[in-house]
Amino acid sequence: MQLARAANPMNFLEKTLAGFFRLVEHALDAEDIAKTRGFLQCLDPRIKFVGIAGLVVATAMVHKLWTIGMIFAVALALGAASRVSPLLLGKRVWVPVLLFTGVIALPAPFVTPGRVVCHLPGLGWPLTAQGLMSASYLVARVETAATLTVLLILSTPWIHVLKALRVLHVPALVVVIIGMAYRYIFLLLDNARDMLESRRSRMVGEMAGADYRRLAAASVGVLLSRTVHLGGEVYSAMLARGFEGEVYLLDDFRTRALDWIMLGFFAALAAAAIYYGK
Amino acid sequence: MHIPDGYLSPSTCAVLYGAAAPFWYTALRRTKAALMTRVVPLLAVMAALSFIIMMFNVPLPGGTTGHAVGMGISSIILGPWASILAISIALAIQALFFGDGGITTLGANCFNMAIVGSLAAYVIYRLASGRAALTSSRRVMAAALAGYIAINVSALCAAVEFGIQPVFFKDPTGAPLYAPYPLRITLPAMMIGHLTFAGLAELVLTAGVVAYLQRTNPALLKVSAPGAIIAEEEEREAAAGTGAWRPVRPLWAALALLLVLTPLGILAAGTAWGEWSARDFSSPQQREKIAEASRHFAPPVQAPSGLRRLAAIWTAPFPQYAPTFVRRPAVGYVLSAMFGVGAVIFVSLLAGALAARARGKPYELS
Repeated sequence: MQLARAANPMNFLEKTLAGFFRLVEHALDAEDIAKTRGFLQCLDPRIKFVGIAGLVVATAMVHKLWTIGMIFAVALALGAASRVSPLLLGKRVWVPVLLFTGVIALPAPFVTPGRVVCHLPGLGWPLTAQGLMSASYLVARVETAATLTVLLILSTPWIHVLKALRVLHVPALVVVIIGMAYRYIFLLLDNARDMLESRRSRMVGEMAGADYRRLAAASVGVLLSRTVHLGGEVYSAMLARGFEGEVYLLDDFRTRALDWIMLGFFAALAAAAIYYGK
Repeated sequence: MHIPDGYLSPSTCAVLYGAAAPFWYTALRRTKAALMTRVVPLLAVMAALSFIIMMFNVPLPGGTTGHAVGMGISSIILGPWASILAISIALAIQALFFGDGGITTLGANCFNMAIVGSLAAYVIYRLASGRAALTSSRRVMAAALAGYIAINVSALCAAVEFGIQPVFFKDPTGAPLYAPYPLRITLPAMMIGHLTFAGLAELVLTAGVVAYLQRTNPALLKVSAPGAIIAEEEEREAAAGTGAWRPVRPLWAALALLLVLTPLGILAAGTAWGEWSARDFSSPQQREKIAEASRHFAPPVQAPSGLRRLAAIWTAPFPQYAPTFVRRPAVGYVLSAMFGVGAVIFVSLLAGALAARARGKPYELS
């Protein structure tokens, strides 16, 4: 048992555990939404992956704000048709991105050289048109790309996202490793959470900083030893099931007319955005 | 350091995907050759672990916390090639399943953290740890250095990638299209945060995990320590003056040589500017030398009163490196050097003994 020092409500244990819970919450949200009957959920995952990835690339390529706005509007419409609530998008994407990228973009209007449009009241710092434009580009691009990516994640079971990677010619071996890694993340997360929870349940008050550092390092060390042991066990289990080093994926997707129509729509939208956004 | 979509231009992203591709290819080939059929389960669990490590908040001095990437510990446990794959897969999962880091910027993120970070960490760890035993404290120091430098090199790469955006990618009005700040802003902005908080988090975690594994499972440290001597051998060699401490011997030899060469100081012409005694101001020859060393500004007629007063407080036993009982200046120089070096060694040993007593362990001379 550790003796108390000053109580700190958001210490290392609390923060790390909060991060773990948030991750599980996001994964469960994604699974729930992926199961609902919505527009994006109905599409072939390969078509959806290629189409949305194409829109993300188009968002990065265009040079006009209104074209980014157009792609963002389409993303909003897709979200609404796929029963992804704007509240969830706001909580998961828009507010965090605005806080992070917004803060990064904030000094741009003051430090970017260009035509001065006004001065900051009180401080007299000049704001340039180029700086304001640059900050707007950054925030708009990041918000739009993040919204599209989260729509893909929320509307597609993770196993389908993995299989969709094959259309990009990602080697089957890599796809299998990513898939297994995703499953083991939650197993290790459970392990880590149990370890930290049990430690927290035996603590009274707050530990000293150096003790926290030792605890963090020891927790990762324990997890590392368990992971190596787990790797050996998984390997033995795979050998017992006849694994000989070759991996195969069942490709059971079927495209329908709607999928091809949507692929055409995504391609046309991306091409139009790039053409008019030059 | 996870760069989201929109910060880098598509061409920068394409170049960095291209730069990462040969490393991924080589890493996959080498890892498959080393692990054979074990490659799938081992890489899967280690990638999962890399993902979890990135979620750990590391408490830092000053009451704040920071996230480590785990590139240092991953390289030390897995070796650089498997580490490249494990961290790349963890980053891909973050981008594809959790929206952390972009899809277009995945190549850049993998290049910075997985490739540059892993290789830098491994090279620094191997160089700094040398042949030290797996349980040697030198390995903890090497791990700390490896983690700290690796994350800073990765941050430097990201800062350069950000900083070149406004140079190459602007709209017709001159407004930057992507990350808006030039190198003179991105370099300090990224590096200050990483040289302090993020670097410290990586340092604490890498050193802490290596120290923990030394106590509980040192076999895990073998991959990155092919030439390591075993602990008993290290102790035996240390006692015999060989082995891991062998590099110290040339230092002793160099020190002895420098002692013998100290009379060369007599050959130096002129006086060191500002190192004058109060008496020098009343000696015509010395006054001439002072003026010569001061661009022919004439020194004051008398030594300044403050200098006179303070000079009287302490009289050195060997003034001007010339003990009064020695007539030949060269011998005086050598004796002074021996006395100085001996005093430094004595103080070091004394400090070591006091520190060992404070820790409650017997002090051993290496």
